Amino acid sequence: MEKWRAWFKELGEKGHLKDIGHPLENTGKVVKGKQKSVTDGPFAEAKDVVGGFTLIQARDLEHAVELCKGCPILEVGGSVEVRPIQVLNM
Amino acid sequence: MELADHLFRHEAGRMVAVLTRLFGVHNLALAEDVVQDAFCRALEVWSFRGVPDNPSAWLMAAAKNRALDVLRRERTARTYEPELSRFLQSEWTLAPVVEEMFSDKAIKDDQLRMMFSCCHPRLPEEAQVMLILHILCGFGIDEVASAFVTTYTAVEKRIPRAKRVLAESRSMFDTQAPVDFSARLPAVQRALYLLFNEGYHGASAESAVRTELCQEAMRLGALLLEHPLGATPSSYALSALMCLNKARLPARLDSSGKLTSLFDQDRSLWDPSLIGAGLQFLGLSAKGVELSEYHVEAAIAAVHASSPNMQETNWAEIVALYDTLMSIRSTPIVALNRTIAIGQRDGPERGLEALQAIADSERLAKYPFYHAALGEFEIRMGHLQDARQHFACALSLARNSMERSFFEQRMGACQ
Repeated sequence: MEKWRAWFKELGEKGHLKDIGHPLENTGKVVKGKQKSVTDGPFAEAKDVVGGFTLIQARDLEHAVELCKGCPILEVGGSVEVRPIQVLNM
Repeated sequence: MELADHLFRHEAGRMVAVLTRLFGVHNLALAEDVVQDAFCRALEVWSFRGVPDNPSAWLMAAAKNRALDVLRRERTARTYEPELSRFLQSEWTLAPVVEEMFSDKAIKDDQLRMMFSCCHPRLPEEAQVMLILHILCGFGIDEVASAFVTTYTAVEKRIPRAKRVLAESRSMFDTQAPVDFSARLPAVQRALYLLFNEGYHGASAESAVRTELCQEAMRLGALLLEHPLGATPSSYALSALMCLNKARLPARLDSSGKLTSLFDQDRSLWDPSLIGAGLQFLGLSAKGVELSEYHVEAAIAAVHASSPNMQETNWAEIVALYDTLMSIRSTPIVALNRTIAIGQRDGPERGLEALQAIADSERLAKYPFYHAALGEFEIRMGHLQDARQHFACALSLARNSMERSFFEQRMGACQ
């Protein structure tokens, strides 16, 4: 089991377990269109649900895509959107 | 003929897999007919000539000959697997192609193909597992029904429906296409995991442990590891968790067939060769950047397997592993197990608090081991009256006689 422990530690150290993320609350608002209409949503339809987010540290988009293939939601027919975080200088 | 029963179940999956590859997935029913023919023929011949030295080879040869007959006779009446049909048209190529398809390696590949085909994205998880049990493990409708604690009529409807989905997929899953393979691999792993779990602590009416389901899951898991695309770290982790958990089965039932909790198990009965194999798989799983739930579950089982007794178990590590597991797959059952580990690490008061704090505990209300866990914490705090009530509640929810006698015995301990 030592080898496993070392690997697990390394995953953490390399930042692959940076923030395991949190499920999103099942409430919220959706802002849509030019009129900026706000609906209680939060989801347009049952199929199109954002269930949660995970913040990961990756070299680039490709690497991030590689990493997200481990997301368990894929096993149950869900999908993962990978988005870079835009750093805002405010 | 008990031998025949066992043998037929074992061979059916291999035979259907190779025949379906030969005839095409839309002819699945024909493949099943040919297998049945071969079995009938075996019973006939064996009853007066005796069972041959190598019955599986005999059955496979019978299936092959029968397949050749069908292919010759219905050459123009049916269409077969598109990529093969050209070879099946001519007598020059027919026999050699069929011969090659019945080689050991091809039969293994075909079982894998069938496994992946059964995990069709249009099928719900439970139907995928039912299909695997029925087609690849040779379980009859009644056996699938008892494996899933459901009625014969329910399974009788679901399996043909699932088979239709499979037949409509036009061709077998291509296990040589890396992108498709990786995309479907998680569904296949999940199906094997569910199959194993059903055997390990399913809700069957007769028995709490069904070793044959665990064994089938392990056999199919081993097939996965033989394929270059299938031998991923998470597949190794899956095999590790199956070996390490199965190692404890001999101690899970005592000599009179009663369930024994982890606390009272005779650890000398744990299977050392399975523990060895499990730890080796766990080592092989420690690669890449993906931490799957199988990795974490295997690690938890490994900590137990390497601990001489409950007291010397590293509960802090187990709690930490459950925390990680919660972040990957947070279910009430995982949460329940986590609180038991917390109770071991920090004492029954903390364990009980954690148990009462489980977010969606109403989903556990019908799960007997939830009430049993409450009972165990109360016992350890000396609240025998409360403990007794919890065990009585667990008893009323017990799903088979093994669980019932286990909870009765725990109630007896509250005197």
